[in-house]
Amino acid sequence: MNLALCARSLTKSYKGKPVVHAVRGIDLDIRSGECFGLLGPNGAGKTTTLEMLEGLTEPTDGSIEVFSQSWKTHANQIRPMLGITLQETRFMDDLSVLETVRLFRSFYATGIEPQEALETVSLQEKCNAKVEQLSGGQLQRLAIATAIVGDPKLLFLDEPTTGLDPQSRRELWDVVRKFRAMGKTIVLTTHYMDEAEQLCDRIAIIDYGKIIALGTPKDLIDKHGGQQIIEFVLASGNTPLDESALLEVASVQQVHIDAERYRLWVVEPIKAIQSLLRVCENSKREIAEVSSHRATLEDAFINLTGRQLREDSQS
Amino acid sequence: MNTPIRDLKSPANVTPPSPTRRKKINVLSPLLELVLVRIRVFIRKPQAVFWTYGFPLLMLLALGFAFREGSETKLEVELIGAQRDTVAAILQAVPELNVATLSDESTDSDWKRRLQSGKTRLVVRCNETGEPLQLWGSLGRAESQLATAIVERELWKAKPTNETSWEVLKLSDEGDRYIDFLVPGIMALNLLSGGLWGTGFMVVDMRIRGLLKRLIAAPMRRRDFLLSLLIGRFLFSILEQLAILVFAYFVFGVVCRGSMLHLWIVIVIGGSSMIALGLLIATRVKTMEAMSGWINLLMIPMWIAGGVFFSADRFPDSMQLILKLIPFVAMTDSLRAIMLDGQSISALGFPILVMSVWGVCCFAIAIKIFRWR
Repeated sequence: MNLALCARSLTKSYKGKPVVHAVRGIDLDIRSGECFGLLGPNGAGKTTTLEMLEGLTEPTDGSIEVFSQSWKTHANQIRPMLGITLQETRFMDDLSVLETVRLFRSFYATGIEPQEALETVSLQEKCNAKVEQLSGGQLQRLAIATAIVGDPKLLFLDEPTTGLDPQSRRELWDVVRKFRAMGKTIVLTTHYMDEAEQLCDRIAIIDYGKIIALGTPKDLIDKHGGQQIIEFVLASGNTPLDESALLEVASVQQVHIDAERYRLWVVEPIKAIQSLLRVCENSKREIAEVSSHRATLEDAFINLTGRQLREDSQS
Repeated sequence: MNTPIRDLKSPANVTPPSPTRRKKINVLSPLLELVLVRIRVFIRKPQAVFWTYGFPLLMLLALGFAFREGSETKLEVELIGAQRDTVAAILQAVPELNVATLSDESTDSDWKRRLQSGKTRLVVRCNETGEPLQLWGSLGRAESQLATAIVERELWKAKPTNETSWEVLKLSDEGDRYIDFLVPGIMALNLLSGGLWGTGFMVVDMRIRGLLKRLIAAPMRRRDFLLSLLIGRFLFSILEQLAILVFAYFVFGVVCRGSMLHLWIVIVIGGSSMIALGLLIATRVKTMEAMSGWINLLMIPMWIAGGVFFSADRFPDSMQLILKLIPFVAMTDSLRAIMLDGQSISALGFPILVMSVWGVCCFAIAIKIFRWR
């Protein structure tokens, strides 16, 4: 399998008191033609990792090869093969959409027509609009247009949908799928679990500057998410349940308690709920709400890191 | 890999893979595109256009009229020296003149300055009896010539009773009017503020927007970007300088006594050094507030020491060497030397060297330490 990207023992530390270790030894192999997701909570080291892969930040240690060429020796050969969107680039307000894309097109010796790039991101109707007139979702699509106009082999998207409404997010997903369907390689970061599940062939979960899990979304869910999840909250005033009591509930494999919210990883949800209700009845406790769902990446993540991806989780 | 999750990635609305297109298309060179960006961003901000072009002209207009020769009022003639009352008696009744006598305390430099700044048209030095009167006018000013002619006419008329002779003298060694002195100063000021604000702000704004980082994430040559700043700024500067020169010529009759080519050479060298200075300040600054602070820190001393509104010669001799090493002072002096004294550029070796050294050094350091993010 052809590798688009290969990183070995990548580390990045920032000087200071104390020294900040943003990335602590990451190995990555990203295959040509796949959509690869870097997942993790804020401050986990996603963006630092991405910027090292993009050649924008010099690693403290480790090696990176892009299409078998090293950044250290072949930066001028690598750069034209990449399309990059950064977190929060604000383009010139007074330029039109087309002018902005044209500017970026001029940096590449070969590529596609600016108009075509705008069509790919469904922004052709806005081509004469000023940048300042665009909505958040349109701005993100413009950012992608500037990244694909040089017809890159490898596209980097840093949190492409953060802060967008659900509709805009879905439009953006379509753009990413379209690009992937052309056989291009995509590396994206996100802290939306559903996004990674929807778009990515493989995912690396990063926490505290390290990869803590790597695989297809399905693998990760199967391996780390459990089969089914039961979540419940006790009515207010009830004495909390402790972990050992919950582990006795039928078919429960694992327990995670987050303030008043309880999560049970179970094999047979019906059996487990019946058993849980009995436990509560016997101990004179009352359940205020209960829900059950198939395990998601979110559950896998909580299982792996013991914390939620985002404080305001679940969109 | 045919899992349900994978299926989600190939919905019906996704277009089938298309062959990669790699073709040359008609896009301008990156340098030209970058310059165009500069021009577009500038002209689409009406306030920016006003402050760049309108403001210097308004300033000229205001200052020019404040020190304007009043054509409809009477011509001012000032008398000084021992015989001043005798001469005053002759001229007092002339309707075209507004005669004033100066006290003995007023020094030569006082009345010379008044003459230069257009506050008086003619100064008559009335020395001891027997010595000829000295009629001091300013060279090339119509009002001075008119006043001289009128005074001479009156003196002729008075000949039968008064045997005084006179000589006509012209004060010409420095700029004649204040406006003549002011225009090169305003031109220099414009190059200074254009270089510092125009270049520096653009760079800091792009850095704050994360656009600098985005640009170098694309295969943009850094040299092209820095050159586009220089070229873009120059296009505006040339128009600004032209606007000031044309305006000053038509409204105030200000001319360039030296070679226009030499004047433009000084504008280009001086302007470049100001742009380089602006770029140097902007290399690492991360906020607009810090940028304003830095620019003001540089601008204010230059305004004061730079001789825009009054000559820097007035500073004590001990400071003169330091002043001459300031690029802005070198530029103002050179512009004045060419416009007012008609000097050739070959006589301006030192100030041109000062400007060039500043320009080259600032640019080199700026490129070296420029922060793209």
